[in-house]
Amino acid sequence: MANVINFILPFLPELLLAFFASQLLVFGVVKKERTDLVRWIAIGLLVVFALAGLFVGVPGTTAFNGALINDDFSYIAKAIIGLAAAAALLFSESYLKSERLDQYEFSVLVLYAVLGMSIMVSSNSLLSLYIGIEMQSLALYVLAAFNRDSLRASEAGLKYFVLGALSSGLLLYGISMVYGFTGSLTFDTIGAVVSSGDVSPGVIAGMVFMLCGLGFKISAAPFHMWTPDVYEGSPTPVTGFFASAPKFAAMALIARVLMDPFMGIQDSWQQVIIVLSVASMIVGVFGALMQTNIKRLMAYSSIANMGYALVALSAGTVAGVNGMLIFMSIYLITSIGLFACILQMRIRDGMVEQISDVAGLSTTQPRLALMFTVLLFSLMGMPPLLGFFGKISAFYPAIDAGLTWLVVVALIASVVGAFYYLRIIKTIWFEEQDRQFVKPATALSVLSGVSTLILVAVLFLPFISAPVKTAFGAAAASLF
Amino acid sequence: MIIGLTHYLVVAAILFTIGVFGIFVNRKNVIIILMCVELILLAVNINFVAFSTHMEAVGTNEPLAGQIFALFVLTVAAAEAAVGLAILVVYFRNRGNIAVEDIDMMKG
Repeated sequence: MANVINFILPFLPELLLAFFASQLLVFGVVKKERTDLVRWIAIGLLVVFALAGLFVGVPGTTAFNGALINDDFSYIAKAIIGLAAAAALLFSESYLKSERLDQYEFSVLVLYAVLGMSIMVSSNSLLSLYIGIEMQSLALYVLAAFNRDSLRASEAGLKYFVLGALSSGLLLYGISMVYGFTGSLTFDTIGAVVSSGDVSPGVIAGMVFMLCGLGFKISAAPFHMWTPDVYEGSPTPVTGFFASAPKFAAMALIARVLMDPFMGIQDSWQQVIIVLSVASMIVGVFGALMQTNIKRLMAYSSIANMGYALVALSAGTVAGVNGMLIFMSIYLITSIGLFACILQMRIRDGMVEQISDVAGLSTTQPRLALMFTVLLFSLMGMPPLLGFFGKISAFYPAIDAGLTWLVVVALIASVVGAFYYLRIIKTIWFEEQDRQFVKPATALSVLSGVSTLILVAVLFLPFISAPVKTAFGAAAASLF
Repeated sequence: MIIGLTHYLVVAAILFTIGVFGIFVNRKNVIIILMCVELILLAVNINFVAFSTHMEAVGTNEPLAGQIFALFVLTVAAAEAAVGLAILVVYFRNRGNIAVEDIDMMKG
């Protein structure tokens, strides 16, 4: 009996999440009209789940015969993913209500996606890695096509599904090669075989295939082609969700895979990561220049930001993982705030999503205009705001690892990228008004306000940043 | 001629390539894309089972893990096909056909 408890106890939060998600599904079927209750229960579950590991978890335990591992890294990642998903549920409410999409399945699907993501970030074997990714992706495909009467949403879902299935195919082929040439699925054993020297080319080929499959999930170029269409076509709160939690989970998974089993072949994967990173930054910033749709612009911006995060990872050091975690957390806060702002772009006839629609916002809604500006400046990396420190912590480790030229490319990309963020800001402050937005829902104003405050709260940094920094540092160190 | 591990791996690699090319080259029907996805997963399964049957149980090798993985891939493939077909049905209701070249509402 004690054996069984040790077998599953470390993974109890996830099991409870799965249990309650299924219970909510049943509850939703019976009480179809109580969608608000389901949503609030789901938000509560996510917050509790996010904090559970951080406060009561015991780092260093494994579950299911070592298939899943709990360490500081997975606890931090789960906390960030859970909170981001809770925020996504919070800002989905007003949109779903006004578009007549308010169904309880939305909350349940988000819960299942979070379950998949938490399996991803705590996976310790190739099998649990694959199951986690699939669990997350299957829920996300459905979410993308959630507005099933809309041609654009179903097209987005279809595109996401086809390319997502292709990416899991690539990932699986890589997994099968790694399994065949190392003889094991668990990360520890693979790591031992790989670092014993004399690595067969099969392992390297498998590793490259796996990185291609994972590159799809973080939408790194050249595997980014689904991103703009899916971002544009999906319902806006779903796009906001896509831009936050799944990106973080996939990035954390890449960090774990590279630093744990494949640490012995760093020379090989470093080249792949650098290629992905440079391609993403170039595609991201130059693709965004000509966009008129703000969701499409956010898609390209997220491609570029994944490139910056990969710069940090390419260093392959503790500081690199630490920088990636800090950069991604700040990016998540910014993109949640930005999508809460985008969701406030509603005129009487419905949502608008063109950049020209924010013209003159400074005169009609100065508060929203100010929040937009702060968030965009932070995304750009303007010094007093948190985004600047995110970029610093992402780029420094790469310089220390001798990749100065890569950082130069990243800085040039940031400068070019500043152009399209500044274009939105110019439209907001210096162009004539042409739209009158309706009064936003409270949840949206609160969310965008809170994330804006977090980004400027850098003035109070010493009080908050010390514990957060220690936590991130411990998380990064636990991977090595 | 003895059929060895290499033969299985070559067959799997060929199937995998056919699947990937089928997704990109095919311009007619989305159903064919779904079939190509299945083909890719099948290639992976052949890989897993071939590796696992040709792996000796020495040292840290886990010969059975590959076959277990193949079973998991089969289950997930079924779930994936269910979700994919459901999305395809929704798309067909909105668009009226499922020709690949007509999936162009958004440029990309």
